[in-house]
Amino acid sequence: MSDTGIGASVLRKEDRRFLAGRGNYVADIAAAGEVALAFVRSPVAHGRIRSIVKPEGAENRVFTADDLDGVEPMRAPSKLPGYKPADFPALAIDKVRFVGETVVACAGATRAEAEDLAQAVEVDYEELAPAVDMLEARKPGAPLVHDAWGDNIALATRTDGDMDSVRARAAHSVTREFRMSRQAMVPMEGRAVLAEWNPRMDQLIVHTATQVPHLIRAGLATFLGLEQRQVRVIAPDVGGGFGLKTYVQPEELVACWYAMKFGRPARWISDRREHLIADANCREHHYIVTAHADEEGKILGLEGEVTVDAGAYSIYPFTNCLEAAMAGGNLPGPYAIEAYGVKTWTVVTNKPPLVPYRGVARPGVAFAMEMLVDAVARTVGREPHEVRMINMVPASAMPYTNIAKKTFDSGDHAGAVAKAVQMIDIEAVRERQARGEPDGRLIGLGFGSYVEQAAHGTSVFASWGVQMVPGYEQAGAKLTPDGGLELRVGVQSHGQGMETTLAQVASEILGIDPENVSVIHGDTGLTPYSTGTYASRSIVMAGGAVSRACKVLVERMQTIGAHLLQCERDEVRVADGRVMGPSGDLPFSEIGRVWYMNPEELPADVDTDGIEAVVGYRPEPDHGTFSYSTHAAVVAVDTDTGAVEVLDYVVVEDCGTMVNPMVVSGQVYGGAAQGIGTALFEESPFDELGQPLASTFADYHLPGAAEVPAFRLAHMVTPSPHTEHGIKGMGEGSTIPTPAVIGNAVNDALRRYGAEVNETPISPRRVLAAISAARGEAA
Amino acid sequence: MKPARFDYARAGDIADAIRLLGSTDGFNKPLGGGMSLGPMMNLRLAQPDLVVEVRGLDALKTVSDEGDRLVVGAGVTHAAIEDGKVPDTTNGMMRSVAGQIAYRAVRNRGTIGGSIAHADPAADWPTALRALGAEVAIDGPGGARVVPLSEFQLAAFTVALEPADIVTALHVPKLSPGARWGYYKICRKPGEFADSIGTVVHDPDRGYTGVVLGATDGAPLDVPALAEAVRAGKDVEIDDAKAALAAQGATFDDYGNQIHAVALSRAIKGAFAS
Repeated sequence: MSDTGIGASVLRKEDRRFLAGRGNYVADIAAAGEVALAFVRSPVAHGRIRSIVKPEGAENRVFTADDLDGVEPMRAPSKLPGYKPADFPALAIDKVRFVGETVVACAGATRAEAEDLAQAVEVDYEELAPAVDMLEARKPGAPLVHDAWGDNIALATRTDGDMDSVRARAAHSVTREFRMSRQAMVPMEGRAVLAEWNPRMDQLIVHTATQVPHLIRAGLATFLGLEQRQVRVIAPDVGGGFGLKTYVQPEELVACWYAMKFGRPARWISDRREHLIADANCREHHYIVTAHADEEGKILGLEGEVTVDAGAYSIYPFTNCLEAAMAGGNLPGPYAIEAYGVKTWTVVTNKPPLVPYRGVARPGVAFAMEMLVDAVARTVGREPHEVRMINMVPASAMPYTNIAKKTFDSGDHAGAVAKAVQMIDIEAVRERQARGEPDGRLIGLGFGSYVEQAAHGTSVFASWGVQMVPGYEQAGAKLTPDGGLELRVGVQSHGQGMETTLAQVASEILGIDPENVSVIHGDTGLTPYSTGTYASRSIVMAGGAVSRACKVLVERMQTIGAHLLQCERDEVRVADGRVMGPSGDLPFSEIGRVWYMNPEELPADVDTDGIEAVVGYRPEPDHGTFSYSTHAAVVAVDTDTGAVEVLDYVVVEDCGTMVNPMVVSGQVYGGAAQGIGTALFEESPFDELGQPLASTFADYHLPGAAEVPAFRLAHMVTPSPHTEHGIKGMGEGSTIPTPAVIGNAVNDALRRYGAEVNETPISPRRVLAAISAARGEAA
Repeated sequence: MKPARFDYARAGDIADAIRLLGSTDGFNKPLGGGMSLGPMMNLRLAQPDLVVEVRGLDALKTVSDEGDRLVVGAGVTHAAIEDGKVPDTTNGMMRSVAGQIAYRAVRNRGTIGGSIAHADPAADWPTALRALGAEVAIDGPGGARVVPLSEFQLAAFTVALEPADIVTALHVPKLSPGARWGYYKICRKPGEFADSIGTVVHDPDRGYTGVVLGATDGAPLDVPALAEAVRAGKDVEIDDAKAALAAQGATFDDYGNQIHAVALSRAIKGAFAS
């Protein structure tokens, strides 16, 4: 290992510009002659548009669906049998289906002028009864979001297990109901787009805040009737994504249409109110789960019913069915279970679309499963961590194919639990609980474990029926004439630090200093195709591809180097940023000079493709990597106010080989902080008419410095046997167990009341309601 | 999220501000720290025709000792009070309350008079100053006057100000050295708007006791039965507070009943602890 290669905690190169306020986001980019767009958004959750009156004299600056010639509603296809596509129009056609839906677009010289126009537009709606709650919407007779469907079910699936045999053997069947509330995804930078038509290139150039530039390109071309060569998508600095920035947005399409129609650049920058009202939401799941367990707490069988509130429309490209597919496939978690049956429903409602958020369905899955495990532990009278450990797939069984046909590659799951138990000091916590607090608050201890499939490959995505199946990830590596390195990757780095970590992978192979490496990403005009950054895939896939591409460069440089050093090719090695022979060595700049400027010095057997290579890579088998972790937390619950404070929080995680342990820790901190948001604060509630009740940060609460504890981390390292360098995906993981960890800790604290919370966020109102309900039952 | 078009004027002094506010028939608003008006304008929830900036007027920043009361200019910032730049005549209560308002960035600009005039039910000053028995000084076309806060705030965001009136100062009675106070705020996070505020000021030497509940749906609520209990030296448990609220006809949902009672009980216990 070089001291800047894999395993080194190199400071993030990109932070130099970020910390100095020199990031370059869409909002920082100006185009000559641009207009700003603002949107008239539906004030009703469900209604028919009777009429739209444009302000007099503003007809050519105000646009409805009728004006969008050549723009197709967005359709996200799926091959899953029975799937009903819910097309998402750029501007509402006839009907509006959620509060905030784009109805009319207005163009002004400034955003304020565009908003003035929007305020002057008159839209008359015939209000219709909305479908707001997913369980109600699932029932026959509910108001129909899409009239032609006949029901509100976008997809229903069923997997039957051999439940009869386990039911018969089970000493206990423990059933619980859980609900994850709808919430927003809150990147620092909201969504943003600047579209312009470039006549010289015959090309639409779209700067947009996205995680998946190549997929956005495909979508824009499809819905605008262009060839893909006519669309270039550039994601400049992007201030966080978390899943929000993985779909083609209505506002993006309108900006592109305007730029093409009028030949003037069009800009739309989301504001926080639009963001909290109209952007896609996440997380809204409902579970009924049953564990059939023996006297020891060994779970023999698991049954689940999963309902996902997908909102009104299906987002492109990942569809509204991915959540339920992930939920159904991941419910068994890290446990060895004999029998498993699950039903899922993806239900449409009059709310914004649902997209996968960091952790994709699994925070909901873990909330249901991990809290069910604790319920089992309480039922059999054992410590929850013990019940986890006896149910987990043992390290000796790896690789292990579980009941949901997922093949865990490696790891010691129970070892992570044991380490977490030790770090949280369970004896001390139990003593403290028994002692009681001076302020009367109740102390609770909670655990949560998960296994995180990441970098899911071709076969996995193909089984989900989505159109955009990832295949071989490509990376370009190019030695420059002066001996520097350019890497080109189709993924996007928007907080993950990949400008540093991908350079570290190159450093591992070439010995080059990451300071001399440029990572070019987020631009369809400059990078190889990639499905982009999601599913914790980028360091596995792009990192693996960079590694392979750099190895090709090594071979090419060896040939040239041997010639220049007058030795045999197999006597030459590449290390420390130099080409070394038995009697001397050369800097990379010498190789660059000869290839680019003095090719007369090249050997006859030179590889004529030069010192630049685009190489494709996919792990084999391609089912993905399996990181895992156990978190533990101690909370204090004020039973008078319902307030929950996190006193201590430990994370034991294993993501295989760590390219940059500091970056791994940073991802864990950020994910767990967002997990605490889901657990305790973040919620996008709607009233019975489908009106959103949290439209500013005054009502939408995020955890801040005072609410996030100082996480204590321990890393275990079990490399993946299937991937380049043994790297596993990990960017999302620590969001996954956190709501369950906090929920289990709260329920442990409330044990004396027999009260259980079962819904996120675990707000003071819900804590008090749980206590009150338990007292009511006891009375 | 850009404000609708509006006209702007900067007042030279209080008289100028009153003149400007009355210069047109439109919806004219004085702008102090802008911590509430600014966001409301950006959200287009407020669309004034004319904004008259009064921030920076020296006459609104003065603090004077008038014997039994401290007169605090309406333009004094929360931060100035938090930092002790205003004499402490309330045994530390105003300083403590000021330090709990929103976040420091808001406290740096937000003003005591702006908070009282805006009358957000979840804000700190309307409840805290009412419990102190403060009065509000108003100037306007109809002349200057001083009104008890209990007569000033009529409902949520609704106060007894005529068009072109501005709040010029708060008259805060001084507490006796032996006076006790308690202030207990329940909110989801430090800095967020409160879900409940319980306040008590007990000054037997002056024969004054006030118990006020804030962060309800309306104006701050006097709770006389609890003031009576405090005067009588009784402990006030959560159930006592619930009973007192119920007896005066206050209607909240289960959660509101609980946390309002907790806030009141803890404020009173806090006042007499140590």
